[in-house]
Amino acid sequence: MDQKGISVMEPILSGKNLVKRYGKVTALDHCDFELYPGEILAVIGDNGAGKSSLIKALSGATIPDSGEVYLEGKQVNFRSPIDARGAGIETVYQTLAMSPALSIADNMFMGRELKKPGVMGSVFGQLDKKRMQDFARDKLSELGLMTIQNINQAVETLSGGQRQGVAVARAAAFGSKVIILDEPTAALGVKESRKVLELILDVRSRGIPIILISHNMPHVFEVADRIHVHRLGKRLCVIDPKDYTMSDAVAFMTGAKEAPVDA
Amino acid sequence: MAEADNYEDTVKGKKEVDFAQFEDTKSGLLGRIQHALHVNPALVPLIILVFAIALFGLLLGQRFFSAGTLTLILQQVQIVGVLAAAQTLIILTAGIDLSVGAIAVLSSVIMGQMTFRYGVPAEISILIGFAFGAGIGAVSGFLVSRIKIPPFIVTLGIWQVVLAANYLFANNQTIRSSDLRAEAPALLFLGNRVEIGGANFTFGVILMILIFIALGYALRSTAWGRHVYAVGDDPEAAQLAGVNVKRTLMSVYMLTGLICAVAGWVMIGRFSSVSPSASTGVIGNIQSITAVVIGGLSLFGGRGSIYGALFGAMIVGVFELGLRMAGADPQWTFMLIGMLIIGAVGLDQWIRKVSA
Repeated sequence: MDQKGISVMEPILSGKNLVKRYGKVTALDHCDFELYPGEILAVIGDNGAGKSSLIKALSGATIPDSGEVYLEGKQVNFRSPIDARGAGIETVYQTLAMSPALSIADNMFMGRELKKPGVMGSVFGQLDKKRMQDFARDKLSELGLMTIQNINQAVETLSGGQRQGVAVARAAAFGSKVIILDEPTAALGVKESRKVLELILDVRSRGIPIILISHNMPHVFEVADRIHVHRLGKRLCVIDPKDYTMSDAVAFMTGAKEAPVDA
Repeated sequence: MAEADNYEDTVKGKKEVDFAQFEDTKSGLLGRIQHALHVNPALVPLIILVFAIALFGLLLGQRFFSAGTLTLILQQVQIVGVLAAAQTLIILTAGIDLSVGAIAVLSSVIMGQMTFRYGVPAEISILIGFAFGAGIGAVSGFLVSRIKIPPFIVTLGIWQVVLAANYLFANNQTIRSSDLRAEAPALLFLGNRVEIGGANFTFGVILMILIFIALGYALRSTAWGRHVYAVGDDPEAAQLAGVNVKRTLMSVYMLTGLICAVAGWVMIGRFSSVSPSASTGVIGNIQSITAVVIGGLSLFGGRGSIYGALFGAMIVGVFELGLRMAGADPQWTFMLIGMLIIGAVGLDQWIRKVSA
């Protein structure tokens, strides 16, 4: 039933005929992609299927050789992740993209620091540390990461789950249109994964659609609204997690089973 | 399947908020010391500096522990101090600059020759010297950030090129003190001094301290400073987080070149002459790296405080003068400095272990 509902809706982020080659390797082979408003779309696929290339093309980290990317119906040409960020697409990379020696607040505002009002800000470029710290603290406690006591502690003193939490909080704080999460639970323990999954659902409940790349089938089936199965550089099918089992999904992405035709 | 699917239910059901709590596992005195150093990396060189001054003060008494002697140390380290400020910027980005001393000497020669050979007013010559320094920095910055040649190699090459250009341009001529005084007093400006009590502060020393204060502010309290640290810490992460890594590196190398040119001006004031064969051209790089490393800055980039470099330069100056006044063989100075360098890097490794 929601299959029909979705098809009427306009995708918020979509890719058409995306191609990316690295030398002789074709990472993206005329790949299509659609993300609809308010949903969690999981992207699954075997290693080397081209998931990362797809995500990088959508987030501006690589420039596709051909094909178009549309954001809210308008074509966009991201030259860098900064462009995509400017357009409201935030990505949480598997490496988290944080500077370990710098503080949580510094990291949350890296590349978009707030300056003090008046002369101190405009002439001397003085940072408004107080405002940045308050904002960071607010965002962390909004997502239930209140247990981080000192917003000025270096990121390297945090556990893996806490770092992931800070990275998700950063994306949620600034990502106005789309948030992309690349393997958010891969490096985490069971409890920490749970917390991150709760964070993901929490972010969706604020109406921000999420692209979730993951290898972890239980996590994917738990939170995703739709699952994009990627195989050999293109979209094999999109399935509803309620209609298929995890074994089916694995069978599709490894080619052990034919893809359903209706998708 | 159903059973396998529920294996995480035990944690799911439990509303646990404090699973990611910060317990201070680093207890004990050693842990607290490590934490303090992690937060305040300039603390160690400051303590060593105070100890060194106290030690020589006890050994040599009034002769050493007087305002005159202590400010003499500042005068002796002013050139290395300014170069160390420049070196700090490069080392914070995980680079190293072997050309700092050579740029300083060439800039001083340009300032002198522009005035005496081409008749340019001394004030303008100084600005031309600054522009040259920044220009050489821009070349290094371009090679490092765009062509991706390692900073060590780039500045090794630039060092030789600049030093040779310096001898060729100067025709091995030295401009003497009497000529400078008569015709271009502006070049000697930084050699002027103010006396407060028995303390002698040359303008060069004051300028050095102002440079450290300005850079200290810029690194700590501006976006640019945060970007410098982020680029040195992890350039890929910084890039993904939205920092323009190339532009940051470019600005760092250009600023470094400019500060080296300022060091050239300081040299003229200190030596009261302009000489292409000033030793700074050959050993200024090693001296500045020594100061920075003793100052607790990590050669891996992204860690340390610029004030550490100032303290590092002063530690070297205190040892040099103190041991000389005590009548020791100067080789003892080098031996002690060598041990300090290794000790400082060892300490850096220990401090960074906190991330493990």
